[in-house]
Amino acid sequence: MKTIFESSVKGRKLTLLPESDVPAADLKAAKRETPLGLPEVSENDISRHFSEMAKATHGVNDGFYPLGSCTMKYNPKVNDEAASLPGFTNIHPLQPDHTVQGCIGLMKEAEATLCEITGMDRMTFQPAAGAHGEFTGLLLIKAYHRSRHDLQRNKIIVPDSAHGTNPASAVMAGYEVINIPSQEDGCVDLEALRNVVGDDTAGLMLTNPNTVGLFDKNILEITEIVHKAGGLCYYDGANLNAVIGIVRPGDMGFDCMHINLHKTFSTPHGGGGPGAGPVGCKAFLADFLPGMLPEGDDELKLVKPEKSIGMMKAFNGNFLILVRAYAYLIMLGREGIPEIAKNAVLNANYLRVMLAGKYVMPYKETCMHEFVMSLEHEKASMDVTAMDVAKALLDYGIHPPTMYFPLIVHEALMVEPTETESKETLDSLINAFTEIYDKALEDPEYIKSAPHKTIIERPDEVSAARHPKLRYIPEDK
Amino acid sequence: MGSFIANTDEQQQEMLSAAGYDSYDDLFAHIPEAVRLGRDLSIRRGLSEMEVIREMENLAEKNTVFKHIFRGAGSYDHFIPSIVKEVVAKEEFVTAYTPYQAEVSQGNLQTIFEYQTLMCELTGMDVSNASVYDGATAAAESVFMCRDRKRKSVVISGTVAPAVIDVIRTYCSGRETEITVVPAKDGLTDKEAVSAVLDSGTACLIVQQPNFFGNIEDADELCEAAHAAGAKFVMSVDPIAMAVLKTPGECGADIAVGEGQALGMPMGFGGPYLGFMTAAQKMMRQLPGRIVGQTEDSEGNVCYVLTLQAREQHIRREKASSNICSNEALCALTATVYLSALGPDGLKQAAGLSADKAHYLQQELAKAGFAPAYPQAEFFKEFVTECPVPADRLMAELEKHSILGGLPLADGKILWCATEKNTKEDIDELVRLAKEVIC
Repeated sequence: MKTIFESSVKGRKLTLLPESDVPAADLKAAKRETPLGLPEVSENDISRHFSEMAKATHGVNDGFYPLGSCTMKYNPKVNDEAASLPGFTNIHPLQPDHTVQGCIGLMKEAEATLCEITGMDRMTFQPAAGAHGEFTGLLLIKAYHRSRHDLQRNKIIVPDSAHGTNPASAVMAGYEVINIPSQEDGCVDLEALRNVVGDDTAGLMLTNPNTVGLFDKNILEITEIVHKAGGLCYYDGANLNAVIGIVRPGDMGFDCMHINLHKTFSTPHGGGGPGAGPVGCKAFLADFLPGMLPEGDDELKLVKPEKSIGMMKAFNGNFLILVRAYAYLIMLGREGIPEIAKNAVLNANYLRVMLAGKYVMPYKETCMHEFVMSLEHEKASMDVTAMDVAKALLDYGIHPPTMYFPLIVHEALMVEPTETESKETLDSLINAFTEIYDKALEDPEYIKSAPHKTIIERPDEVSAARHPKLRYIPEDK
Repeated sequence: MGSFIANTDEQQQEMLSAAGYDSYDDLFAHIPEAVRLGRDLSIRRGLSEMEVIREMENLAEKNTVFKHIFRGAGSYDHFIPSIVKEVVAKEEFVTAYTPYQAEVSQGNLQTIFEYQTLMCELTGMDVSNASVYDGATAAAESVFMCRDRKRKSVVISGTVAPAVIDVIRTYCSGRETEITVVPAKDGLTDKEAVSAVLDSGTACLIVQQPNFFGNIEDADELCEAAHAAGAKFVMSVDPIAMAVLKTPGECGADIAVGEGQALGMPMGFGGPYLGFMTAAQKMMRQLPGRIVGQTEDSEGNVCYVLTLQAREQHIRREKASSNICSNEALCALTATVYLSALGPDGLKQAAGLSADKAHYLQQELAKAGFAPAYPQAEFFKEFVTECPVPADRLMAELEKHSILGGLPLADGKILWCATEKNTKEDIDELVRLAKEVIC
């Protein structure tokens, strides 16, 4: 596909802005001398180019997207309509409080609702993504220990099954990461945990259900071990979709957490973002929250908490994402929220059981919203890998599951169907997986060279990294 | 209640049975009683879509949408072409995930590649990442790119936006990083004071162009000072101004960052915005976040993939250059469409008109009794004036006429902004009202 730069014709343009109605300013400062290499195209060129790009992009609207750990549920359009109201889009972030009572009111209501769902007491909407939330939560933990002059606590415990962002966030917050091995069932090894906690423990980062999709039944014991050692417990909210309305992180002993609004609360992923990662905490941490929190009853205002860790982002976070999530929250309400978790868990278990006839499930017990398959056996017997099966799914118009994660399962495929997929769609995945398995037995080369129906074959990632070409350069340069 | 669940009760029952469960209670039986909520959530009942829209409209109506905006300070009311809104609403772009599966993500990947190219063009730098959360976090991430074992401290000009300084401070609060903010002098970076604090422990010097007060810095000289001390030079820039002002690349900067909201995104009460980051070639592997590269498929077709992933958290975990995972991809697409629509002439026009209007506004305000606070400094689309009356009084009067005036600063001065959207008529009306307030 041609780049937009290759469609450029000198002198072609849109008519967007009027002539000036005031005298020209005479800037004497040093000027740009390099030509401004933006494309010169017509509006029609733009429309067609980006339509072509859209057609070569698989979204949730195009088909099933069972990408584990990412909660690729359907994104309701009512969310987007709400977020496009001029009363939200045309609001300057530095308007005085009395002119943004609707925005602050929405923040206040969203905070109350999400706190009830998570069992937290206060929440900041400043973090823009899950990883940003983790970083924020860890800075809260740091501020807490500092406030108690408990300064030797410099270690964060992270299970080896954790999302990669957990250890990376801990390092950004200035912590040393202590990795602990998981038990065979993917759950936290209590002995291993007891062995590492101590007076240098700042906290533990954990997601429950864990990254193999299992609910860790020892959760109260886990959080107690950490608390007894003087540490705090951070809940990685990536898997919250499995438990909303059923179990609350706050009741499992967690002190602070983030929510991925772009996972659990249906805001679209935007091809990689923007998301939103609000951070909730128990009351004893609330004074440390960053940014501005909604306060007041009739006359609402934004107030910075007393001992705030500062600002994680300019202004009020990804507010228009929060608007989307709030529309979703009020639409589903008390009855709708638990239905999400129930159906997400049902869909996952239905797939798990139906696929267990052909494929190996390393964990036999009831899963939560997602489950992990292992293609180790197929790799050994047919030389067909998790990657090969994933690529073969592309030919069915299905986005593959997450590959090679978590790291503790070999040849892993992590499947998260979400609650918004129908039985018919789930059956089509079962059918695709079954056909791929049978085809692999009969003609493994066909699967190993998949996909066959996409616009490109498998890309050469090695030379992309070895000889990076990161921008378009015209042929004559 | 609202619901987006497709399966009927009968289907759910059928699936429960097929999976070997009697009921939902059975399905959730493995969850310990002690952690179950065991009651309904204490939140409102669900609504229909019609009710949701009505309620959201009611909330939106509680906000004041100003007709005329003369406030910037990091969020700008620039014109957004219709084509931008249309393209970025395409469901494929909106609902896709990060393009891990290149074979079905070529469109998404190619638009990021185009975005990276455009940001390099604008800033005059060699390489770009695929975006970070906003301009302030981009500045903060740049500190981590520059820090090493020997150089751990950061020098920031006091003319950098306070919110950006706050975010840098917060980002650095976990790790041993000494931050020196050198107070501004007459609305500009105090070059001598900056030179005096730069030393062999300085990782980088951060300046903003145009600065928080709208003034244009002598970036060449500041860059020289940073390099003379062996420190990196980071420039936080207004992307619209890049159409006319000397670029970070031309000034010799090592890293350029900035807030990309002006490139087609609404003000939206603060987000989502776009943090852009570009760098000199030698710093490519320190860049945080996603980067797209061009390659070929097994048939030799040109294609695109996420690349240099050895920097990233999902591969390197605690050794990653940053923890960033989700970025602001749809905002990067917005900027890509915006810059394609404006083109070189359009962007120069937007920049020129903004400067023209701002200068006209400044002159007229001066005549009306609002003296320029930094008359020696040259400015772009923002400037600071004195305010002979308490700023609140002026703002209240303007508000009655649906005008959002400049931002009152802590020292009683006002930071004004104009863009191509402000007409002469609006400016004259603003000045007339302002004059009345002080008479």
